[in-house]
Amino acid sequence: MATPKLSIEHLRKHFGDHLILDDVTLDVGEGEIVCVIGQSGHGKSVILKHIMGLMIPDGGRILYEGAEYSSPTKKPSDFDRIRRKLGMLFQGAALFDSKTVGENIAFPLREHTNMTEDQIRDVIAEGLEMVGLKGIEDKMPSELSGGMRSRVGLARAIAMKPEVMLYDEPTSALDPIMSDKINDLILDLRKKLNMTSIVVTHDMSSAYKIADHIAMIFQGKIIFAGTPAEIRATRDPYVQQFIRGQRKLYYAVEDEKAYEAPVDLSRLRRPAYRAGQQKG
Amino acid sequence: MLMRIPIVILQKTGSLGLAARDTARVFFAHVLYMAELALKTALRAHLIVKNIGISIEQMYIIGLESLSLVAVTSVFIGGEAVIQALYQFSGIVPLRYLGMAVCKALITELCPVITAIVVSSRISTAIAAEIGSMKSSEQLDAMECLSLDPIRYLIVPKTIACILMMPILVIFSELVAFTASIITAVLFTDVTLSVYLTSLRMYFFAKDLLIGVAKTMVFGGVIALTGAHFGMQSKKGAEGVGEATTKAVMTAAVLILVFDFVIAFLVL
Repeated sequence: MATPKLSIEHLRKHFGDHLILDDVTLDVGEGEIVCVIGQSGHGKSVILKHIMGLMIPDGGRILYEGAEYSSPTKKPSDFDRIRRKLGMLFQGAALFDSKTVGENIAFPLREHTNMTEDQIRDVIAEGLEMVGLKGIEDKMPSELSGGMRSRVGLARAIAMKPEVMLYDEPTSALDPIMSDKINDLILDLRKKLNMTSIVVTHDMSSAYKIADHIAMIFQGKIIFAGTPAEIRATRDPYVQQFIRGQRKLYYAVEDEKAYEAPVDLSRLRRPAYRAGQQKG
Repeated sequence: MLMRIPIVILQKTGSLGLAARDTARVFFAHVLYMAELALKTALRAHLIVKNIGISIEQMYIIGLESLSLVAVTSVFIGGEAVIQALYQFSGIVPLRYLGMAVCKALITELCPVITAIVVSSRISTAIAAEIGSMKSSEQLDAMECLSLDPIRYLIVPKTIACILMMPILVIFSELVAFTASIITAVLFTDVTLSVYLTSLRMYFFAKDLLIGVAKTMVFGGVIALTGAHFGMQSKKGAEGVGEATTKAVMTAAVLILVFDFVIAFLVL
């Protein structure tokens, strides 16, 4: 079996006394798009921050192409090399307010490459054209709409040609049409650049459209991992509650009748998901 | 009921002790973080040559844009020094020494310290607000994700700009303050212009001026690092940023006075 592009093994993280991630294990294959879904506050964005090296885990490790780069013994300065291979689109894009769109994209290129100013200008133009925003190099971030900011953030992230892109709720503040444009961009990047993507989202329509596999996190654990078809068919009540957007929790029983009942979480523990594993 | 009094006293004493312990813990944590930030900034200072444009931009914002504020405050510092000296000297010290006292006060303490405190109210809060807002909107995280060290690109240019521009601002302040003092002395006292100018030069030592200007380089570092520290420690949201700016200006003012005392103790 091919080595996964990115492997998360038994990741644990506490914030004070609060356990945020509890034994999270996830593999992502090359060129795959994996969506991590779950309720707010259950640890989705914390997983991305660990992948990016913005947080150090309390337990477990993260591997890139089989080589460990994140573990409890690492320091923030150990992540510089791996960050060149990763790109991240933040919720709200996190554009630098004091710089124009062009300067936002040029900033990392000037500091980390030997490109001339002409070459940098070409990269900026190419990136903005790819995200459908040609010619806005001189605009300030405050002049852009939410969708435009997200797309400029994406152009900035891919300017350094990362191999893996991380998306932190890329469509959360966008209207349905703009959300679909972002979905198309994510698929386009995979098609043109064979880019591996991990998308944290609670937008199920986005997840169904773009994901090869969907993993659901609940109270710090991955409670489901599978294809979009499998997640629709699962009878796991917490998964169904989330994907249907229901406030109440139901059990589906043999004769398909649904009723309210307390759920024993220990019954939902399952082996860790690994990419390529056949379910059933 | 009477039996409860000693228990209540014990409880209150214990609570006070715990509160003092927590306050001391927070205070020393801040001291440690600021010292760490100062060290990291110092270790990256040499990288400024690769990003000289950012520093020049900061020098313009910190230095040139503060000139009007410094000018206004210096006018009143100079005038007030004359009025106070006149009041204190009345009937005790001959007025031919008025200029000497004003000169000593302005160049050793009034101009350096008050200018630093006034500038810190503008610059320290601006730095704390900028960095706090960047932290709140994940721009600092974005910089780290792009392998752009926030200390190198944000804090080092501001610190170096503050260290370099503070002496210039203080020299400007002294120029304005002296001019204001001359006008005040001539208009509102019985001292003539020539007597006042002669007394300004009396017992003037260049060493006093140099120490007064040099210590503002320390004040400049304090202003920038205090704003940066509280900006980076700020909580998310408008309230967190507001709290950071308030703490930054208060702490900068206190630290300026502390360092002023330490420098005076060591040098004089």
